[in-house]
Amino acid sequence: MNYLLDLQSFLPGIIVAVAGLAAIMLEAFKKSANTSFSVTIGGIAVALLFAIQSLYGEAGTAFSGMIVYGGVGAFGSVVVLLGALFCVTISREYLRDLDLHNGEVYGMILFSTTGMLGLAVSNDLITLFISLETMSICLYVLAGLMKNEKIGAESALKYFLLGAFSTGFLLYGIALIYGATAATNLTEIAAAAQPTFLFLCGTGLLFVGLFFKVAAVPFHMWTPDVYQGTPTTITAFMATAAKSATFVAFVLVLTRMLPSSEIGDWQSVLQVVAILTMIVGNLIALAQDNVKRMLAYSSIAHAGYLMVGLAAGNEAGYAGVLYYLFAYTIMNAGAFGVIAYYERNHGLDFTEIDSYAGLGFKVPVMGVMLSVFLFSLAGIPPMVGFIGKYYVFAAAVQAGLIPLAIIGVLASAASVYYYLRVMVYLYFKEAHKEYSLKTPGFLFKWTLILLAVLTVYYGVEPVLPTSSLMELISSYYTV
Amino acid sequence: MAEVTLSSFIVLGVALFMLLNSAAIAVYAERRVAAFIQNRMGPNRVGPAGLLQPIADVLKLLLKEDVTPTEGNKFIHAVAPMIPVITALMTVAVIPFGEGLYATNINASVLYLLAVASLGVYGVTLAGWASNSKYSLLGGLRAAAQMISYELPLGMAVASVVIFVGSLRVVDIAAYQETWWFFFLNPLGAIIFIIAAFAESNRTPFDLVEAEQELVGGFHTEYSSMKFGMFFLAEYMHVVINSMLMTTFFFGAYHLPFAGYWLPELSPLVKGILDVSVFTIKTGFFMFLFIWVRWTIPRFKYNQVMKLGWSRLLPLSIANFIVIAAILFFIVN
Amino acid sequence: MDTFIFIFLAVLTIGSGLGMVLNRNTVNSALFLVLNMVSIAGIYLLLQAQFLALIQILVYAGAIMVLFLFVIMLLNLDDERSLFSKVRAKYISAFFLGVVTLSLILYSLEGVADLLPEISPEMETAGTVEALGDVLYTDYLFAFEMTAILLTAAVVGALMIAQYKKSNNGASE
Repeated sequence: MNYLLDLQSFLPGIIVAVAGLAAIMLEAFKKSANTSFSVTIGGIAVALLFAIQSLYGEAGTAFSGMIVYGGVGAFGSVVVLLGALFCVTISREYLRDLDLHNGEVYGMILFSTTGMLGLAVSNDLITLFISLETMSICLYVLAGLMKNEKIGAESALKYFLLGAFSTGFLLYGIALIYGATAATNLTEIAAAAQPTFLFLCGTGLLFVGLFFKVAAVPFHMWTPDVYQGTPTTITAFMATAAKSATFVAFVLVLTRMLPSSEIGDWQSVLQVVAILTMIVGNLIALAQDNVKRMLAYSSIAHAGYLMVGLAAGNEAGYAGVLYYLFAYTIMNAGAFGVIAYYERNHGLDFTEIDSYAGLGFKVPVMGVMLSVFLFSLAGIPPMVGFIGKYYVFAAAVQAGLIPLAIIGVLASAASVYYYLRVMVYLYFKEAHKEYSLKTPGFLFKWTLILLAVLTVYYGVEPVLPTSSLMELISSYYTV
Repeated sequence: MAEVTLSSFIVLGVALFMLLNSAAIAVYAERRVAAFIQNRMGPNRVGPAGLLQPIADVLKLLLKEDVTPTEGNKFIHAVAPMIPVITALMTVAVIPFGEGLYATNINASVLYLLAVASLGVYGVTLAGWASNSKYSLLGGLRAAAQMISYELPLGMAVASVVIFVGSLRVVDIAAYQETWWFFFLNPLGAIIFIIAAFAESNRTPFDLVEAEQELVGGFHTEYSSMKFGMFFLAEYMHVVINSMLMTTFFFGAYHLPFAGYWLPELSPLVKGILDVSVFTIKTGFFMFLFIWVRWTIPRFKYNQVMKLGWSRLLPLSIANFIVIAAILFFIVN
Repeated sequence: MDTFIFIFLAVLTIGSGLGMVLNRNTVNSALFLVLNMVSIAGIYLLLQAQFLALIQILVYAGAIMVLFLFVIMLLNLDDERSLFSKVRAKYISAFFLGVVTLSLILYSLEGVADLLPEISPEMETAGTVEALGDVLYTDYLFAFEMTAILLTAAVVGALMIAQYKKSNNGASE
């Protein structure tokens, strides 16, 4: 076997891992967080270029079938790297204000990204597990960055304990699947699988582990506390890159390991979870007064919409999920970025919705951008969020899951309330007192502007279903 | 797994018998050598030249009162002294005393040695904890920290030998040294191994665990009678075992120096006798080294022990391993 | 005989696992965990996975649990007295006797004796270091390398959490 070829197929991950080691070494020996930051940006950007290149290349498996390259995996890598890149670029100023700016943080982000890249290309349950762990362990640490604050410690501890517990489920599921099929490779499992009790139990436990990581109801309890207690830009990283990676892994498991409905009716399980997730996420989000918690519940709700695509179980559904991940990464990173901007001026308590009163006119560009991102999250037409939802729900209709699509549409209609509520505070409430806001730095500002432009661009670019991006994704499923 | 044959039982029986006796001999030897170094007589009353002294010692220990701390954990207090003895006895199962003279030749027996050795620390640690005494507890804690610190360089030193042989069987490692001992091929590894082995057996200059001046008796402060005797026995058994390991890993096991070049083919019986004698003499020398060091070198401070382990020996052993691996890969191959 | 040893080890594993969870005394819990590790190593040995068994003892029982004990003993220095709960020799002997009795009962129940499938003869070669090294550096290379990243990240992360920094304006100390 040709190892160089194998290495090339995981080039983005390798670059990111090396950048991570470099970031830590620079921190240790040069004590220069800024150098680490540059290395991080550079590493992710180069990796992103290679990932984009492999989007258009051929697809296959490498490392003795441990990973896939090209196709779905490549798209997942691109989304993950985009999420990581945006979160890193907005992190520097924010972390500096929190006094958390050092090279190790970037090292952890990069290691975590390596794990995510592995997760997004995993073609073997062993790869899936180890990559998931690499990602999660770094995220546990990142969640505890504000370890001196009560909520920071709470968030890290909660995430770690629940996460470790869910990993137990996942691993036990893998063990049972291996017991039932004597294989860990996804395609080999698909070939050997029989709907025995052992196999069904194993797959169920595997799903539980994945449900936990994507924060699907009823495994969502950790999300608001963790999102609230984590530094906001890191929360963005968790909500975009980590979630995307896990969903891509989910897609890979569904398409490669469970291709036929003869080995268990997993689509109905996904339907139930999708319905629960959408309803619970949106309903609880209605009652939130803290913007970060609101976005946490909204991210649960979005996991629900993504589940709809998975539940549809057809090519359009999976393609829709991938497109939605791309859309979600852009708009959610942006939304968290603006929140981070407001927060870093006035401290952690500044995420209560009350404090947003009248802020919209303060730094107009930020107010406008937050509105754009929130509109997009709500799924209002000229934004990318709408297109994403359209693809996912259309796939559900195509698969004959009309009730599911209806529930989805109703739930996202309800979600408009809490997104608009923030805007009402931004523009239609009197400020309680005068706040002064710092001018955002160059990199920070232009990252957010780029995100806003992308949000609008991918919302209007296409005459819907023939968007060039969507065609590319669909091509993975029609070959 | 290797078949268990009659010869395995015979070798094992003889080896265990020798080990138990050698511990007694080591006690005697320690006292005589100490006396020699300090320019005095040492035990010379019991038996010819004091040779029966160990028996008298054990008799004395057996007759003493067995004291158990009331507030301590009686069960663990009783079990703890057995652990180091058991682990020491388990070790001989894989050591080759001559060509074909071993109890068993399991796959990965090097790891077996390390694994068994790593369990030995429970004895000291639990003894320290179960005694419910601050001196004992400190001794136990020191033992735990010290063992973990020195296990790593020890393991790396052994690993640097294993990459020469390409096998994790102790028997293969011994056989490999027929012409060149590993001490000549890998001197740094040998030195690291010797230092780490001293630390692992809690002997001076690493006997922080029972430093009299600070901790009264360390982990065995609250022990008396034969429970103390067990610890005493175990210490000397570990001295013997570690001498055997040094011999096996770095000093040619049962081979004479460069034997491959000049030693003619011998009949099995003569070879067997020669092998065992060579092995025993080398082991004896290292036992002497243990005693010699104890009576000439003062004890380290605790922070020095930790610093030596983590920031000197560990990087050194890793560097040694990498250099040897690189040499073997690029030059020898 | 193999079946009996397996049942014995299995009962011991589960029993010590329960003991570890249910015990209120941390040191006893840790010791139960050691016992648990060792009996799992025994089960590996029954499956002819010698390397795995030895590593299990070397890493978990020998190194990690010693650190556990070290930390537990270090933290509880102040309330030593309260550490010694009701666990006494007779309870522990009762535990072991219970394990032996239970496994005897299970073994003597008809049907259990032949419950275990035959261990495939290939295991004898598959469990060795050579075989393991072979697949680890070829078929499972990706997982192996990813594990390296995982462990590095875990060490760095643990230090990040444990480290106490007074302030770091731009550069850390």
